[in-house]
Amino acid sequence: MRKVKELIIQKSLFLSALITIAITVGIILVLSIEAVRFFSEVSIVDFFTDTQWTPLFTDKHYGILALLSGTLLTSFIAISVALPIGLSISIYLSEYAPKSFRKTIKPLLELLAAVPTVVYGFFALVVVTPFLQQFIPNLSGFNSLSAGIVMGIMIIPFVSSLSEDALYAVPRSLREASYGMGATKLQTAFKVIIPAASSGIIVSIILAISRAIGETMIVAIAAGQQPRFTLDPTVPVETITAYIVQVSLGDVQHGSIEYRTIFAAGITLFVFTFLLNTLSYRIRKKFQEKYE
Amino acid sequence: MNNVQKNRLKDQIFKFWGIFCTLIGLVLLVVFIGNILIDGISRIDWDFIMDLPSRKAEKSGIYTALMGSIWVLLLTALIAFPVGVAAGIYLEEYAKKNRLAGLLEINISNLAGVPSIIYGLLGLEVFVRMMKLGPSVLAGSLTLSLLILPIIIVATREAIKAVPSSIKDASYALGASKWQTIWHQILPASSGGILTGVILALSRAIGETAPLIVVGALAYVPFAPQNPMDEFSILPIQIFNWISRPQAGFIENAAAAIIILLLITFVMNGIAVYFRNKWQKKLK
Repeated sequence: MRKVKELIIQKSLFLSALITIAITVGIILVLSIEAVRFFSEVSIVDFFTDTQWTPLFTDKHYGILALLSGTLLTSFIAISVALPIGLSISIYLSEYAPKSFRKTIKPLLELLAAVPTVVYGFFALVVVTPFLQQFIPNLSGFNSLSAGIVMGIMIIPFVSSLSEDALYAVPRSLREASYGMGATKLQTAFKVIIPAASSGIIVSIILAISRAIGETMIVAIAAGQQPRFTLDPTVPVETITAYIVQVSLGDVQHGSIEYRTIFAAGITLFVFTFLLNTLSYRIRKKFQEKYE
Repeated sequence: MNNVQKNRLKDQIFKFWGIFCTLIGLVLLVVFIGNILIDGISRIDWDFIMDLPSRKAEKSGIYTALMGSIWVLLLTALIAFPVGVAAGIYLEEYAKKNRLAGLLEINISNLAGVPSIIYGLLGLEVFVRMMKLGPSVLAGSLTLSLLILPIIIVATREAIKAVPSSIKDASYALGASKWQTIWHQILPASSGGILTGVILALSRAIGETAPLIVVGALAYVPFAPQNPMDEFSILPIQIFNWISRPQAGFIENAAAAIIILLLITFVMNGIAVYFRNKWQKKLK
């Protein structure tokens, strides 16, 4: 009797774990089915080469480049903010800071990632853009610059936390050897510790990029909703995610081509983040083997 | 200045740069929140919390959105908690080191990195259309449950891993079965860690906006939801809607609603940290 009960429990636990596989399969199926229907009406060559994205207008163009450029531009700005700051934090906390300071500041930094993104969107639109307009007079009210900067602040803990773990895990003996040769902490950090922890740092950067690409509310609120193939950070742009939000807020008929555009945009986004996540997972697995 | 002095100077400069970087993010957060408090605190009163939405900014309240958020939070917890913990237990205690276990592991790590808006697209097709739940509280909660499932699973596994193996061995030595050991020994010993993970996951869920917009949650609903099949709005969507309006009064409303949302988020994070500290002390 007991054995039967144990078996039933084990099977139901197993089913719960299988749900995670079902989610992935579900995502891939849903995105592919709608995207295939989309590409039966729109040529895939146009999708990747046209530089205009105007599915909601009478003169329809389906060039994902216009959305992709907005996505990559905001993500690039965000990473330019988060990478130097996040890495400096991780080096400082792991090599310089007193233990007690490190212990108190880490949960506080995590708080940056806990703030809902809609709140960051408000900051970007209401605080950061007017502030930047004092220095850049031709900065539009919606722009990728302030959205990117604020997004960068949000993903600082993604970079700092994982990198710091990697730096901290480097064996003590490597540090001692470097100090023994007369190196300063700075020289040790940059010439010994960072190279030793490089795979962990790369993983943190990749995950931060993936997070920035998928971020939605900050860009939907502060970057504007005008698809534009540009690298100019002062004008309104639209990201893939912001476009999906824009269509979802409107009144779009199920089964129409407009409805399918959000799945075509979605699958593009999914492929990008999937590749980045898989890459980071591979690197992480290799890294673990090295130390264990 | 010789080389040694130069290197020491560089070392000192970097140290201050490190302190600056560590504090800059937090200082900006404090500035932002200070700004919001100035904009919104005077707008918050009992009426603001209890009023229905309105076309006039000064008459609008957050009642329907707040109730929607609470409904979604409770249902999401109800769905994601048992499934996530069960999956975590399976992966940590039962799964053999075979290809399936490897696949499950890669898959969960990947799911944690899927943008939240993609979960919205999944929920829209599967729950709203195929299962015909419509843009209801239930459809939204199911979508968010899938979103936070990987977080709960990872937290459960970490918590179980932290339980000393001596406890397990002792239980087996007394003749307990595997499930008895898990139910009577491992789960009580890891409950603090699991609870921390679940609360953090739920605090993430309450701030999520994009997936629920895609699922079809509305910016304006006249009444608070009465049952899981009702249409709904949530606090972040109400905030998003107010931010998008040009009139100044709505910005003030948005700031006030943000204060409420941040309060909920920070309190949940605080509770999670409290449980974690208590639990870590107990483990030692």
